[in-house]
Amino acid sequence: MSTPTEITGFSTESGSRRADRVRLFAQPAAVLVIVGIVLAWAFTRDNDAIEAQSIQAGVLLTKTWEHLLITVVVAAIVVGVAVPLGVLVTRPWARRAAPLIIALANIGQAAPALGVLVLYFLWTGQDGLWAAALPIALYSLLPVLRNTITGIDSVDPAVIDAGRGTGMSARGVLLRIELPLAVPLILAGLRTSLVLAVGTATLAFFVNGGGLGELVDTGYKLNRVPVLVVGAVLAAGLALLVDWLGALLEEYLAPKGMS
Amino acid sequence: MAENASGVEIRLENVSKHYPGSREPAVADVTLTIPAGKIVILVGPSGCGKTTTMRMINRLIEPSSGTITIGGEDNLKLNGDELRRGIGYAIQQAGLFPHFTVAQNIAVVPGLLGWDRRRIDARVEEMMDLVGLDPAEFRGRYPRQLSGGQQQRVGVARALAADPPVLLMDEPFGAVDPITRGNLQDELLRLQAELRKTIVFVTHDFDEAVKLGDKIAVLGDRSAILQYDTPEAILANPADDTVAGFVGAGASLKQLTLLRVRDVDYHDNALTAVSEQESPAELRGRMTEAGRTYALVLDARRRPLRWVHVRDLSTATSLRNVGRPVGDSVSTQSTLQDALEAILVEGGNAVVTGAHGEYVGTIDITTVTDTIQQLRETGNAS
Repeated sequence: MSTPTEITGFSTESGSRRADRVRLFAQPAAVLVIVGIVLAWAFTRDNDAIEAQSIQAGVLLTKTWEHLLITVVVAAIVVGVAVPLGVLVTRPWARRAAPLIIALANIGQAAPALGVLVLYFLWTGQDGLWAAALPIALYSLLPVLRNTITGIDSVDPAVIDAGRGTGMSARGVLLRIELPLAVPLILAGLRTSLVLAVGTATLAFFVNGGGLGELVDTGYKLNRVPVLVVGAVLAAGLALLVDWLGALLEEYLAPKGMS
Repeated sequence: MAENASGVEIRLENVSKHYPGSREPAVADVTLTIPAGKIVILVGPSGCGKTTTMRMINRLIEPSSGTITIGGEDNLKLNGDELRRGIGYAIQQAGLFPHFTVAQNIAVVPGLLGWDRRRIDARVEEMMDLVGLDPAEFRGRYPRQLSGGQQQRVGVARALAADPPVLLMDEPFGAVDPITRGNLQDELLRLQAELRKTIVFVTHDFDEAVKLGDKIAVLGDRSAILQYDTPEAILANPADDTVAGFVGAGASLKQLTLLRVRDVDYHDNALTAVSEQESPAELRGRMTEAGRTYALVLDARRRPLRWVHVRDLSTATSLRNVGRPVGDSVSTQSTLQDALEAILVEGGNAVVTGAHGEYVGTIDITTVTDTIQQLRETGNAS
C-alpha cells in the first residue's frame, strides 16, 4: 500500500468513473437517435404490401413488448435462482457443492442457445413465453451465479468475523454484511446476463415466444430488407438500453462508503 | 457516563480445543483465572493458540472440553449470538463494516439488543466523545474516510457501545504505525482507569504486553501457560528459557519503564540554598562545614535552579547566576527510564521534583542499579 500505487490506482479509477458517467448519458441518447432515424426511414419509404404488414406501429410495439417481456421474465428467473444458489454454495456446509453447481451452469452457457431452446421444446412439447424464457434463463444464469459466489467470497473475512463477534447471527451477517457488500458484483453479473438474454430472446420465435426475432425472420425469408433492418436495429437498441439500465442500477444500488 | 458495568472475573478450567482431523489439539488443557477489572495480556509466538484461547471465551470457537465461566456464569448457558452481544470485541484493522457509517458501526450491538432509537443515538454520541472523535464531524463518515488510528478508535467505541463487562481485543493495534499505536495504548489505559472492564488482550508484542498488562500470560505451544504473572515479575524473573527468549534482550531496561521514581529510595540530602535568602559567602561557609563540593540553588518556591561548585562561590556576588543551570529534572511520577535518561544527560545526578515542581531529592545511577539488583534478588528468592 505504498503511496505511488495508491495515486495511480486513484487516477485510473476516477478516469474510468468519468467515462462511465459520460456513457450514462451518451448511450441512451445514441440509441434513441439511431432507432429514430431507422424508424423514420422505414415509415417514410415506399413500402409494398408485405413490408407494410410488418412495418406499422402496432406490430413493432407488440414485438418489442414481447421481447421485453421475455427479458424481464428471464431476469426474474436468473435473480431468483442464481442469487440464492450462489448464497447457498458459499455457506460453509455447502462449499463442496460449488464446483458441481458451477459446472452445471457452465454447461448451460456453453451449449448453443438455440440448441437449449429447441431441446427444451422437444423435451416438454410446450411453446410460448415460458418455453422461451426458461431455457434462455438457464443459458444466462452463469454470470450472476459466478459473480454472487465471487462477491460473497471477496468480503473481507475480518469484517465477517467482526459481525459474528459483535453478536450478529449467521443470517444477520449474510443479510446485513455479505450480500450488501456483494451487490456491486451481483449487479455486474446481472447486467451481463441481461444483455445475453436480450440477444438470445431474438431466437424465441422458434418456439412461438414472439419477440423482435420474428421481424428479422420475416424480413429474411421474404427477402424484405427494411423489415429485417428494423427488427435487427430494434433488437440491438433494446440490448443497449438494457445494458444502460444495468449500469444505472450499478451506479445507484451499490453500497455507500465503498469508493 | 450514565451506566457503567465494571468488569467481572473470567475463569477457564481445563479448556481444550481439538480440531477434527488434526492429531495435536490447538489448545490443550488451559486453566486460567482473569481477575475482574484487570487487563490480562495473552502473549506468545504466532500459532501458539492465543487467539483460539481468546475466541473460546465468546465462543466464536466452541471449546472441545473444559468450562469457561464469565462472572460465575457458564458461557454455554446462553446461545452464542446472545453471549457475544454481552462481550465487547475488537480486532486488528478494526474490522469495521465498510458500508456502515461510523455511527452505524458503533450502533450495531445496541441495535441487536433492541435499544430504542433515542437511546442508541445518545450512546453513539457518548462513545464517540469517549474515544476522542468529534460526533459532528465523524458521525456520518464511512470507514474508508478515516485514518487507521481513527478506525481503531471506532472499533474500540463499537466494542464498548453496549457497556459490556468484558472486552476481548485481538491485536487491536497491530496494523497502525508505532506512534499511533503508542497513542492508542495510552488512551486504552486512560479509558480503563475510568471504566474498569475485564480486558483480555492478545498480542505478540511483548513491549505492548508490558505497557498495558496488569498481568501477562506468556503462552507456549498449544496455549500452554509458561508463566502468568505481573509484568514486573516476568521481567525480573522469567520462568524458563522460552519466556526469557520471548521477553527478549533489554529486560532490565523494560523493567525501568514499570518503576516510578516515587517507588525507589532516592536521596534527599543534597545541600540546598534558596537564592534570595543566602549570600554566596554564607553558602560557602555551610558547604565547607558540611564537607560538600556541590550545592543546589532553589528559587523562592523551592524549585531547583542551579548546581554550584564550592569553587564558583568565591568570586560570585549573588546565587542567582553562579554555577550551571539544572537541565533535565524528573518528577516522582516519572518512570525510572526517564530518570536514567536525565541522569545520563545531567552527568551523574538528576533532581527529583514533587507535585508542584519543588525540590524533593536527587537520584543517581547507583539508586537505579541497586533497585534492579534488588528486584532480581527478591524474584529469585520467591
